[in-house]
Amino acid sequence: MTYEAASHFAQTWGLAFAVALFLAAVLYALWPNNRATFENAARAPLNKDEDDDHA
Amino acid sequence: MWNFHKWFERHSLILVVGILLVVSIGGLVQITPLFFIESTIEEVKGVRPYTPLELKGRQIYVREGCYTCHSQMIRPLRDEVERYGHYSLAAESMYDHPFQWGSKRTGPDLARVGGRYSDEWHRAHLVDPRSTVPESVMPPYAFLEAKDLRTDDIGNHLRTNAMLKVPYAKDQIENAEADLRAQADPNSDGAGAFEERYPTVKARDYDGNTARLTEMDALIAYLQMLGAGVDFSTYQADAPENQR
Amino acid sequence: MNSRQNASDVGYSPLAIGLVLVIGIALTIWGAARTHDGPFAIQMYTAMGAFALGLFALVRAYITPNPNAVESRYEDGIVKAGVIASTFWGIAGLLVGVIIALQLSFPNLFYFQDFGWTNFGRMRPLHTSAVIFAFGGNVLIATSFYVVQRTCRARLAGGPWAWFVFWGYQLFILLAGTGYLLGITEGREYAEPPWYVDLWLTLVWVVYLLVFLGTIWKRQEKHIYVANWFYLAFIVTIAMLHIVNNLALPVSFADTFSYSAFSGVQDALTQWWYGHNAVGFFLTAGFLAIMYYFVPKQADRPVYSYRLSIIHFWALIFLYIWAGPHHLHYTALPMWAQTLGATFSIMLWMPSWGGMINGLMTLSGAWDKLRTDPVLRMLVVSVAFYGMSTFEGPVMSIRAVNSLSHYTDWTIGHVHSGALGWVGFVSFGALYCLTPWLWRRERLYSTALVEWHFWIATLGIVLYITSMWVAGVMQGLMWRAYNELGFLQYSFVETVEAMHPYYIIRAVGGLLYLIGALLMAYNLWRTARGDAPEAVTRPNAAPAAVAAE
Repeated sequence: MTYEAASHFAQTWGLAFAVALFLAAVLYALWPNNRATFENAARAPLNKDEDDDHA
Repeated sequence: MWNFHKWFERHSLILVVGILLVVSIGGLVQITPLFFIESTIEEVKGVRPYTPLELKGRQIYVREGCYTCHSQMIRPLRDEVERYGHYSLAAESMYDHPFQWGSKRTGPDLARVGGRYSDEWHRAHLVDPRSTVPESVMPPYAFLEAKDLRTDDIGNHLRTNAMLKVPYAKDQIENAEADLRAQADPNSDGAGAFEERYPTVKARDYDGNTARLTEMDALIAYLQMLGAGVDFSTYQADAPENQR
Repeated sequence: MNSRQNASDVGYSPLAIGLVLVIGIALTIWGAARTHDGPFAIQMYTAMGAFALGLFALVRAYITPNPNAVESRYEDGIVKAGVIASTFWGIAGLLVGVIIALQLSFPNLFYFQDFGWTNFGRMRPLHTSAVIFAFGGNVLIATSFYVVQRTCRARLAGGPWAWFVFWGYQLFILLAGTGYLLGITEGREYAEPPWYVDLWLTLVWVVYLLVFLGTIWKRQEKHIYVANWFYLAFIVTIAMLHIVNNLALPVSFADTFSYSAFSGVQDALTQWWYGHNAVGFFLTAGFLAIMYYFVPKQADRPVYSYRLSIIHFWALIFLYIWAGPHHLHYTALPMWAQTLGATFSIMLWMPSWGGMINGLMTLSGAWDKLRTDPVLRMLVVSVAFYGMSTFEGPVMSIRAVNSLSHYTDWTIGHVHSGALGWVGFVSFGALYCLTPWLWRRERLYSTALVEWHFWIATLGIVLYITSMWVAGVMQGLMWRAYNELGFLQYSFVETVEAMHPYYIIRAVGGLLYLIGALLMAYNLWRTARGDAPEAVTRPNAAPAAVAAE
């Protein structure tokens, strides 16, 4: 394997793959249907538990 | 549609696989090519596997954590090359399992310390660093002189290295223990055979006491060979095959 | 009280654990009998003793089950043990740090000809392992067991296996730590434990992952809270790094010494891939999980942006893994790998600050709490230190800057701004939260002592990082200084001499930080004992809750 071949692959397909991964994560986070789930989830640490009389 | 999302956030195993996928890419892309790209390690003359005594010395160097204060990697910067010598090549540590490049210079770089000082200086300095360098903050290693070097396992050490592709010849492995003793005792019967098996090395007494083979002998033997191997008269730093 | 007695959960677990311990005893006896290596025999006897103790405890629990044991909703006993272990190892690790700082300041006073095992080279791995793996690791295990139960509303899975994880991890620390003093090391930074200790840790870690995942599988919430994502990334990635980086061939199965599977340049990159991601996944992802639970909890507000936490999570774990080569700038590592490492290190600034912003902004609208609640202040200041060191890190990964900073004490200062400021403070904050919660106390024994801890430790950090920054830059400049004749201006030893005052200031800074931790230990102990002043203790709370434990 030569350096040129490896770097060519990384700078084309590799880059496209990384960008696609990032877009997938952003889409997931911003998808409107997920809003309610996330707002609910954000309160998870604040839910009062029957066994926990603190907080 | 987009059931994928619910699937993703509710199934922890998918999350685990996703994490593994994302964190393995970087390692695969950075590390694996180093084993396959031919230009990673330069071709140079003069780098050889460690002799049994040097290998033992290296083990002591590792054991005492010398790498926590001393690097063995000279960078190609003007001041470093002037202070320590030619910058380090990848080829120079190709038989180093593990590498000892270090990350901190509380003390100076040791990549080319071999031959810079006499054996006697090293002995005095290791016994009491402040006797030779008053400002030094290095710990004392007098106990190395009092500890006999363990020799019975050296064959295993060479054999293990050979399994990891360090090019030890069969007779080097078989005679490892004899060579280990002979290198530190130039007047012994085995010294001649040792010098035949390791043509570039001369047997000599490192710690000033041939009666005993101590850990001090081994460590000084190791320090004295550091960086002395490469034949820079035949190495062309600017040649295209040496550009990485 | 919850009646979900999960017999199926426990089942044959005690038997299986017993089997592991018996195999362990057999192997250690074999090892001790076969070896010609004194230190290896000591390690085998240590492990054998630990296994025998474990077996004894297991059998005793089986023969005489505690008649008062009522299965509570959550397994908190193990978290309590984790709080105690964290406090103990934290103080031990900081103490060793102060000692080695003093060794570099006053070599004639703190080195001993007759005790070679106290030399810097052996104590330094003891310090780094004690603070990172013993203190940090125990904080992570304890908090992860607490958080995963609360956010999943499920009891810890695996029954006694969780205790196997806890005690197995302590054994790993004991063997590694005593091993360093005996001269047992693999000679690669932060991966020093020998091959058999690595194998043991692998077993413990896999069980840890299964206990954690098993709890998630039992959850009563649909969504997995983001803190658990970070814990998972920490556990899974550390497993991967640990296994790959520690591939080695032992000289013999009855010897401590092994040869790394890789050599030279490949070994260097594998090691720093591991080393930098020990920072990224042990000291960052794991402690961000703590931030995502304890900051909202203590501030009593949900995290600022849950969406940001998701984007920042994936970006952080993707980018971090590439950053290792910035530890090898200007070395014999091929240039392309150095460039790649530096590029990703700089990009890493973004998701790092995403996390910082998310942590800090959780306080928006409640900033006044910082004045009255020193525990919350400690947590928030830790996030600020996280932001500071994750800015300094990318700067130092730029080649031109790195040519000056590398090999100097600037790196040491940078590491400690992250370690003391971020990891230390967020851990202390979590311990201050957990102790009253777990021991069912209305409040901490003394808020004033927390104030003292905060200010003493902060002063210690400031002394530490400023002295090391000045010393490091000075050292780097002296190494490359030329006189008017074109010769190097300073010999190496002149630069060592110039470090002296800064090393003393650093030692004082470390000592202050240690004193702060001692104040915390005292405060936590009094809190757990229930010594909080009468006037503020809720009249009926404490005794009843204790009895129910």
